[in-house]
This record gives sequence, C-alpha cells and structure tokens, in this order.
Amino acid sequence: MMRYRSYLITFLSICIVFGAWEIAGRIPVSYAFPTFTETIAAFWALLIKGTLFVAYFETLKPLVVGVLISAFVGIGIGLAIGLSRMSDWLLSPIFVVMQTAPLAALIPLLIMIYGIGLTSKVAVVLIMAMPVIVLNTGSAVSNTPASMVEMARSFQGSKRDIIFKIILPAASPIIFAGLRLGVSAGFIGAVLAELKITPTGVGDIITFSRSIADYPSMYAAIMSIILLAVIFLQVLERMEILLFKGRGRGHASEE
Amino acid sequence: MSNNTCDISNDNYAVTVRNVYKSYGDVKALKDLSLDFPRGQLTSLLGPSGCGKTTLLKIIAGLLPADSGEITVNGHPVTGPGPDRAFVFQDFALLPWATVLRNVAFGLELRGVSKSEREAIAEKYIADVGLCGFENSHPHELSGGMRQRVGLARALSVDAQVMLLDEPFAAVDEQTRRKFQEDLLNLVKHENKTFIFVTHSIEEAVYVSDQVAILLPRPSRVSEIIKPEGFRHKDADSIRRDPEYLDIVDRIWSSLRTYVE
Ligand SMILES: Nc1ncnc2c1ncn2[C@@H]1O[C@H](COP(=O)(O)OP(=O)(O)OP(=O)(O)O)[C@@H](O)[C@H]1O
Ligand SMILES: [Mg+2]
Repeated sequence: MMRYRSYLITFLSICIVFGAWEIAGRIPVSYAFPTFTETIAAFWALLIKGTLFVAYFETLKPLVVGVLISAFVGIGIGLAIGLSRMSDWLLSPIFVVMQTAPLAALIPLLIMIYGIGLTSKVAVVLIMAMPVIVLNTGSAVSNTPASMVEMARSFQGSKRDIIFKIILPAASPIIFAGLRLGVSAGFIGAVLAELKITPTGVGDIITFSRSIADYPSMYAAIMSIILLAVIFLQVLERMEILLFKGRGRGHASEE
Repeated sequence: MSNNTCDISNDNYAVTVRNVYKSYGDVKALKDLSLDFPRGQLTSLLGPSGCGKTTLLKIIAGLLPADSGEITVNGHPVTGPGPDRAFVFQDFALLPWATVLRNVAFGLELRGVSKSEREAIAEKYIADVGLCGFENSHPHELSGGMRQRVGLARALSVDAQVMLLDEPFAAVDEQTRRKFQEDLLNLVKHENKTFIFVTHSIEEAVYVSDQVAILLPRPSRVSEIIKPEGFRHKDADSIRRDPEYLDIVDRIWSSLRTYVE
C-alpha cells in the first residue's frame, strides 16, 4: 500500500514538472526553449534513427573507464587514508583541492598534457568522480567502531581479517554512498568533457543541434543524460540493497 | 583443555599482574598495581568510574601495552592477545551485518577454524546461553540482554582458560541482570575457567565473586582484597539474605563512599 502511494507521489511530481515545462515552452519563455512535447518528439526521433545509441557508445567510454578507475583506485586510496595518519596527511589535501578546483579552468591544462583524445576525457571523469569516493571511504574507514576492531584483535584476527571482515563491511554503506555521488559526478564530467574538449557522443548532439538551432533535439539529448544517470543510480541502489540485505537499517554504530 | 606444564611456580594463579604502570599522556591511569587471579575462580574488579578497570582488563587481554610492569597468563608474559584469553565487551561489539551464528563463531573464524567445525561449536554455545532458534537473527533484532549472551557465547566458544568480562551486564535491565548473575555463578562452577569481571555494582561483585579487588581512584592501585567465602555453597536466593553477604556489601560501601562525594 505504502509502496504504491510513494510511486503515485513520484508520478505526480513528474507530471507537475513536465506540465510546467510544457506551459513554459508554449508561452514561450525564450525562443530557444522548446515545449515538453516537442522535446519528446525529438527524443523519439533520435532514438529511432539510432543516433542516441551511437552517441552513447562514445560518451560511455570515458565514463565507464573513469568510473571504474575511480571506484577501484578511489576505494584503495580511501582505505589507506582511513588506516594511516601519514597517508591521510599526504593524500587528503590532493583530493580536497581536486574537489574544489574549477574544472573548466583545468581542462585547457589537461588538453595540453593529454591531448584531445580519450585520455583527457577520462581525466575529467576522474577529477569529478574520484574525490568524493576517496574522501567518503577515508572517513568511513577511520570511523570504524573502535570496539569492533578491538574485538577482532582480541580474537587474534590478522590485519587482513580486520580490514576485510570488519573495516570494509562496516564502512561499506558510506563507501556506497560515495560511489553513488561519484557516479553522478562522473556523468557530469563525461558530458562536460565532450562539450569542452572535442564534441563527440551526446556532447556532439548538444553542440551540433544548438548550432543549427534545433533546440528540441538539444533538450532531448540533455534529458537523455538525466534519464541514463537516474537509471544507473537505480541499478547501483538495487545492487546495494542486494549486497547488504539482512543488515538492519541504522547499521554499524548499533544503536 | 590441555594444561600447561611449564608453570609450576604460578600454578595457583592463572593471571598475575606485577607493578603495572599505565598513563594516557598526562593522565595516570594505573600506578604500581599488583594483583593475582586464582585459577578457576572469579575475581571482580570494583571501583569508582574512571579508576582504570577497563584499562587493567585491556592490558591483561594484550590489547593495550603497559608502560612498565609484568603480566603473566599461565606463567607466560603477555605480549599481545592470545588464545588463552577471551574478552566480553561492555558494548557487545557484535557485527551488525552478521547473523547470531556467524557472530558466535567469529572468534573461531578469526582463529582459522573450518566453517563446519566452528558452526557446530557455535551451535552448542548458542544453546548453552539460551538463544536456540535465533541462529539466523541479526543483532538489531535482539534485546540488549540477548546481544550480550551472543557476546558471551562468542567468548566461550573459543574455549580460553581466562575470561575477561568488562561490565557485561551494565546495559541490561535488573531482572535480566539477576538471571545473568546466577548463570555466571553456574559457569564458574562448571566451566573450569578463570573469570576476571569488571563491575560498578558492589552487590553484584559480592554476589558472584570468589575474590573482590577494590581499586582506588586514579592513579589506581588495589586498596583491598575481600574474599567472600562463607556463603558460596548456599543457593542463589539465600545468598542475598545471608548476614555475611550483607556485612561485606556494607564494608565495601563504607570504604568506597569517601570517593563518591
Ligand atoms: N584512550 C584514552 N585516552 C586518554 N585517556 C583515557 C583513555 N582511555 C581511558 N582514559 C582515562 O583513563 C582513566 C581510566 O579509564 P578506564 O576506562 O580504564 O576506567 P574505568 O574504571 O573502566 O571506568 P568506567 O567504570 O567508567 O568504565 C579514565 O580517567 C579515562 O579518562
Ligand atoms: Mg570501563
């Protein structure tokens, strides 16, 4: 019952947003702002022609590579930061700077170093996705309940056991939250890279349709990014639920 | 349990603590503390809050190093945690993501015992502490008293000779507490283990202990050792009405009350 109600509310709020969009497009707020129905039509056309699929094949390359690297390396570095004060001092500042750095200003520098190919785009995704993953993992790991670690030590658990059987499971909900934020940031990074470095993939659709004043297609492309990001995050959440099912909601701190 | 052969001199004592000092920075927690723990008996550490009871217990467990002094378990100096000791934590320290079965078996899991073997042992102790049927529950589904029984079963299942209990009953209600105290007396009687038991409660200490060590506030030393012996053989209910029991409770209270003001 509750579940249907929450679906209903979500559906209603979507209707309100799209309704407002339709009205704003019809007024029109700006000649460059298409109505919702025009956008949907353009979206359908892009889908039928296969343009979107071809585009996403390009866009997803730096995204997938960047997010995978961010996840593995990021969790590794976060673990090091959380476990040793030394690496906290050494590494944390880098990621804090990375997180706050104005990315647009860094892109010319990246192009100078890595050229305009895939590497630069992956770098943009990394800069966007990595810091939040690293910093979340780091703080989750260093906040592992001390008594659980002490318990494992008292039963002569090895360093390895303590990391894999206590620290990582205890930190995993927060690590996953970091991953989710990292993936969303990675999406932004991937599109930004296509707009700022070389227009390929979805970035190309956006740039091209704007240049020929085909605003419905431009908005359709933007909408598709949001849609994909939402689907991706949903999948991640399902994975999380599957992975941690059985453990109580509040979790690690235990009351 | 195979007995150690190289501990002839300390045979009567499972654990000895000699001239132990411990400071946390400027805070002197323990100062020249010495205490012996007779084998097969229950010794309580009783003292005002913050006097260093947990610190002493963790030093014996090998979880904290002493600044100086010597601790032996079965005649062997303590350098770290060992299979001869098992700890029961005040806050239970259960894994919230693991079932009762895995939690109870976790000590054995860390010691490398195979899955089938450790689960068979865990099942036995789950039954012993009265948690049959809860094997597949998670800690958040249990009451405080049940969680502590999981912690106790985990410590029992590694079959260590020395059990270290840090205020294990502090978080449970009074009725459960009394039941636990009776269970503890039975454990001491039937399991051939040495128990070191930290508590705030004078009544509890006198009720369950063969020996009560009273610690002075920081920096902590042993001020008095009391051995309530006269009523040990009596049954659970009459102990609490025994004149010697009441007398000892009074005596401890009068020596501690000066520190409570
Ligand atoms: N990690 C620590 N860092 C600094 N001081 C500490 C630390 N652990 C304990 N202390 C101090 O050492 C003293 C003894 O602490 P301990 O926990 O051993 O006391 P306790 O007798 O177990 O107290 P309680 O009955 O409240 O549990 C306390 O004054 C406490 O403030
Ligand atoms: Mg304490």
